Amino acid sequence: MSRLGVIAVVAATAFFAIVPLFLKPYGIYLSSTWVVLSIAAMGLNLTLGYAGQVSLAQGAFVGIGAYTAALMMHAGVPYPICFVSAGLVCFAIGWVLGYPALRVQHHYLAFVTLAFTALVFLVFRNEEWLTGGTYGLSGIARPSFFGWSTKGALSFYYFSFGIMVVLTAATWWMLHSPWGRAFVALRENPIRALSLGLDTRRYTLMAFAIGSSLGGLAGAVFAPLVQYIEPLSFALDLSLNLLLMVIVGGSGYFFGPFVGALIAVLLPEWLRFIQGYYLVCYAILVMLMMAFCPFGIVGLLERGIKLVIFKRNPPQSKLQSESANP
Amino acid sequence: MATFIQLLVSGLATGAIYALAAVGFTLLWQTSQTINFAQGEFVMVPAFFILEAMYLGAPFWLAILIGIALSLLLLGLTFKFIIVDPMIKHGVLPLVISTIALSLFMKEMVKNLYSANAQPFPSLVASYDFHFFGAVISSQSLAVLAVAISAVMALHFLLHKTRLGRAMQATAQNPTLAGILGIPVRRMVLYTFLINAVLCAIASILISPIYLAKFINGETLGIAAFLAAIIGGFNQVRGAILGGFLIGILDNLSAAYISSTYRSAPPLLILIVIIMWRPQGLLGRVEERTV
Repeated sequence: MSRLGVIAVVAATAFFAIVPLFLKPYGIYLSSTWVVLSIAAMGLNLTLGYAGQVSLAQGAFVGIGAYTAALMMHAGVPYPICFVSAGLVCFAIGWVLGYPALRVQHHYLAFVTLAFTALVFLVFRNEEWLTGGTYGLSGIARPSFFGWSTKGALSFYYFSFGIMVVLTAATWWMLHSPWGRAFVALRENPIRALSLGLDTRRYTLMAFAIGSSLGGLAGAVFAPLVQYIEPLSFALDLSLNLLLMVIVGGSGYFFGPFVGALIAVLLPEWLRFIQGYYLVCYAILVMLMMAFCPFGIVGLLERGIKLVIFKRNPPQSKLQSESANP
Repeated sequence: MATFIQLLVSGLATGAIYALAAVGFTLLWQTSQTINFAQGEFVMVPAFFILEAMYLGAPFWLAILIGIALSLLLLGLTFKFIIVDPMIKHGVLPLVISTIALSLFMKEMVKNLYSANAQPFPSLVASYDFHFFGAVISSQSLAVLAVAISAVMALHFLLHKTRLGRAMQATAQNPTLAGILGIPVRRMVLYTFLINAVLCAIASILISPIYLAKFINGETLGIAAFLAAIIGGFNQVRGAILGGFLIGILDNLSAAYISSTYRSAPPLLILIVIIMWRPQGLLGRVEERTV
């Protein structure tokens, strides 16, 4: 990362650590929602943006993580174990779901994952003995650690923010290890990656599994945040929204999902004055963006900065280079 | 047995509607690599065009014509020129995202303009029950089947028996070669968008009396159309027809014989199995992959 990048990241972290101190409880709640969505979108960005596998199942993984954590917490298991289990369960299921990714690509994969999301929703809704059916699970307690309770809005925000910082650092580290490079190779040219001796099979499964487990961890934070979960929260809408967040923020850019999630959280608030039409505006924004800058907001910023600094033509966008070698 | 026949006929009727949407979906894919995630909304919206025309005082038959005309204009021309054309050069994924946004846009517009409540929609034929070996079959199911099958037959005739249809097929199979042979490729692509709009409008007219006109209808219809298209074969019109009927029948039979709460599960499971074992679909051709 360039020096400019380091400064930007430190400044953004400080900003998000300090700002909630000046917010009303609702603003703090929105910030915590942003944290959850960012973690989930970061996972999807790993699958989609880095490994190039279109997934419409991230919302289902958030759901699986949330239900896993909530059920275990109801059974009296300490929170850290619930949290880790949510990630592990989603890792395992994501690994299995990755198998179709080995056989098919692009739109077919989108449909397999879409079918998976629909099936998971049916299970949440119908298996009342386990998930409470349409009534959902209520009374999910916020955890406390060594006497520090996260019951208050602000303390829960710092708790979730801390988790996000740790997970972000871990993902950053992983992407800059040989593994992460392999993911990018997988997206840019799978056949070349294979002929260079990369085990594309294992890396594809890995991309799916790690991306999904981040979705599950986001769910494990989401459950104590809202304290009540029900199947509709994890229907196809959530998966589609997460996909839009990754794309709007900038797919394949590390900080894209954070920006995308921020827009998804703030836009309805900013556009409150047009009431029901805010989703209409969001939809128009996304369509305009796809037509004029398919590389997302972070991609646009990066190009702008490069243009100012280097005064030369920006490099090819990631999405365009993808379409160049299908 | 009587129940079985009843379920079979109503399954065939819904299946025929799914088939219409699925055929339009595959046509767009074949000629322009457009995966229309808003296909369900394309079926949901024409009913509201027709209702709007009727609110303004048009009789039902005229409202249907106005609805089809508006569909051609908005779901055909506008969709192609405003959404697809500027996007397609960026590749398949941005267009997929854009159609997802489009579906959100259409759903929210209808919800804001017509409220979230279901609106009654007039039926094409008077309601009458036929008794057939103890099974009760409604005139509505039969009318749906008749209209949908004639629409599909007309399309089949167009694609296989006319010069225009063969030119469209050539465009779908190899646009470069079709262009060299003097076929106006761009116009052929435009025609498939118009055909899709008409198919969606017909499907909308057929399904709305049954499900009522509601902003949320597109979700189930869209998924049914994707499922039908993929199970039957993404690149074959007759595959999409077969897929539509399969999904419709399966949906009805599994609701009755397996579990009503899991009625939508069997088609989803079959989709996963098909994609794993025969990704080109039951009747599809294998698409070549370029290195």
